[in-house]
Amino acid sequence: MAEAIGLAIALVLSGDADLLEIVWLSLHVSLTATAIACLIGLPIGALVAIARFRGRSAVLIVMNALMGLPPVVVGLLVYLQLSRSGPLGFLGLLYTPTAMIIAQTILITPIIAALSRQVLEDLHSEYAEQFRSLCLTRMQTVQALLWDGRYALLTVGLAGFGRAVAEVGAVIIVGGNIDHLTRVMTTAIALETSKGDLPLALALGIILLVIALGVNACVQSVRMTAARHAYV
Amino acid sequence: MLNQTITMTACAIMMGGAAIAQDQSIIVQSTTSTANSGLYDYLLPIFQDETGIQVNVVAVGTGQAITNTENCDGDVLLVHAQPAEEAFVAAGYGTERRDLMYNDFVIVGPADDPAGVVGMTDVQGALARIAATGALFASRGDDSGTHKKEMQLWGNTGVDPTAASGDWYRETGSGMGATLNTGVGMGAYVMTDRATWVSFENKQAHDIQVEGDTALMNQYGVIPVSPARCPSVNADAARTFADWLVSDAGQDAIAAFTVADQQLFFPNAAKN
Repeated sequence: MAEAIGLAIALVLSGDADLLEIVWLSLHVSLTATAIACLIGLPIGALVAIARFRGRSAVLIVMNALMGLPPVVVGLLVYLQLSRSGPLGFLGLLYTPTAMIIAQTILITPIIAALSRQVLEDLHSEYAEQFRSLCLTRMQTVQALLWDGRYALLTVGLAGFGRAVAEVGAVIIVGGNIDHLTRVMTTAIALETSKGDLPLALALGIILLVIALGVNACVQSVRMTAARHAYV
Repeated sequence: MLNQTITMTACAIMMGGAAIAQDQSIIVQSTTSTANSGLYDYLLPIFQDETGIQVNVVAVGTGQAITNTENCDGDVLLVHAQPAEEAFVAAGYGTERRDLMYNDFVIVGPADDPAGVVGMTDVQGALARIAATGALFASRGDDSGTHKKEMQLWGNTGVDPTAASGDWYRETGSGMGATLNTGVGMGAYVMTDRATWVSFENKQAHDIQVEGDTALMNQYGVIPVSPARCPSVNADAARTFADWLVSDAGQDAIAAFTVADQQLFFPNAAKN
């Protein structure tokens, strides 16, 4: 463990170009997937939060269950679509960062939708009277809820990002862990583990953890800065 | 201000890294031993310098590599399971199979050698002894080239180890490195290719105990994927790569690759 920490520090300090490339791709893939998943998942979460319809509880169960999608299954499904012999094979996307973004987006959109639904439903129950008195349309209600719950939704986004940046099962299938093309932190860790270089694998794991910490700290500071402005 | 900086950084990260497509690149679906030992890290820069072709390696077990290329998701297949490779070509997926290089399989085991196989050169006898004593044996169990070979060797001994699966015979269902990690962890015997073992860094007290049987030969072959079957392949570049590997330049480069002063792959392509 001490060896791994020392190695992690040495790796970071050396500014190793390969390491930077892998870190950059990890952030690029997982942040993009999180952004797309929020664009899709938040409106879905908000709509389900305010809508009352037959079969709603079944929808909630499905949404919550999909949070447990196994990454390797998502990877396999995306592989079958993007494979040259699959329906979307003509796009030539397999073994590219785009394929990895697609897989991670599918993996975390249910998480964003299900968690935001819970957050916004609680918020909505507080404001329902007020919304009704203002005669807001459903669209306006969704907008108002998303805006008002934005700080809580940041945490929802972080939960999605955390899942995306930490998973290996999906990206290793659709990305192929190709050096200088689709290798990210988690697939690099898996590779070093299989080479038996456990200290290096652990060092990469520590660096991944620090990156996740950094992203969370950034979001936290945005949140605090914004909150300060709001109350000035 | 901070807010803006972070937003801009986030946008930069998301927009960046989009343009990676190479005009001349191929995908090689490969067995793991050639990748994990560092052979490609040595060979590919030499090849790229000579030809300008970028080679992207997807390293998976032989079984999965064949499945992936049958789905047209690769331009070249480089694996080690000759019967499966010949079936691949016969089914029209590959243009031709050529011998590329060989090394050998070995059986590694714990220092206390519970089955008493140290120094044996007769692999059938060693496997029979392991089965008879019920000493732990960790198998790939993943339809890889190494797994196919192991099953063939068990077949020759007349023992069906899968009957003891979960007992002394442990099928990990994972790659060579993961299986070695497991085997080392549980004190089990493992059959592995020599290249992976020599470059493996978590040996602990495990060491090579059975080697030198001609039945343990490990032949690698290279096959360009057929453009008739898979129109999307980069046939010219795939051909160039396969031709280079079996040429004098490629064969010399393979022979020159060493780990810990040990040659890991022995070129044996047929001379033209």
